[in-house]
Amino acid sequence: MALSIVHRATGVALYFGTLLLAWWLIAAASGPGAYANVQAFTGSFIGKLIVFGYTWALMHHLLSGLRHLVWDLGYGFKANEREALTWGALIGGISLTILVWIIAYMTIGGGR
Amino acid sequence: MNAPKSPSMRTPLARVRALGSSHSGTSDFWRQRLTAVAMTLLIVPVIVVVLMLLGSNQAGAKQIFSSVPIAIIMLLFILASAWHMKIGMQVVIEDYVHNEKIKLASVMANNFFCIAVALASIYAILKMSSGV
Repeated sequence: MALSIVHRATGVALYFGTLLLAWWLIAAASGPGAYANVQAFTGSFIGKLIVFGYTWALMHHLLSGLRHLVWDLGYGFKANEREALTWGALIGGISLTILVWIIAYMTIGGGR
Repeated sequence: MNAPKSPSMRTPLARVRALGSSHSGTSDFWRQRLTAVAMTLLIVPVIVVVLMLLGSNQAGAKQIFSSVPIAIIMLLFILASAWHMKIGMQVVIEDYVHNEKIKLASVMANNFFCIAVALASIYAILKMSSGV
């Protein structure tokens, strides 16, 4: 499994994704007009796609990172354990992403 | 005792300190894990706050940040993530950029980016939470 490069790639994606987060916070602090601009972007198809990708990158990086913490502590080095941790991060990341978006749509009805 | 070949007053720790490609020893390794655990602890409340914010307009967002615990949770998360991503990106730069000058410029740009993003976000939150 070549998942360590995915951990790195999602990390880099999250790095640049913080620009969106900062833009959103600054807009919220600036006023209704600026905030409406952000909402127009995050509500658009491409905006939703980016935020969905960002959610997945965050969830995957979180679980994949926990996998690294387990290894740091000296556990999980057997072949079957490594496989289980890797698949757990992969499947768990996708599951958590879908779960967060389901909750988003149920609670605010927009998933923005 | 394993005496060094030439007599030296320096301890083995002093000799390896500040070595490595970033010249900062193992402190980045530790801080990367420290901030990782911090964000793992904070991620659930942060997602809840983000969902609350997404469901509200600008006035509502300001209202949410007027809550002191919410503002603190978000500030902690921003601080941890900015630190974490600064270290992470530096590792990526050191792995792939081998020209010394470009590497230094990249590491510097990385620091600027992370500090700017963190400070902008922190300023925005403090502005909203203090109701200015």
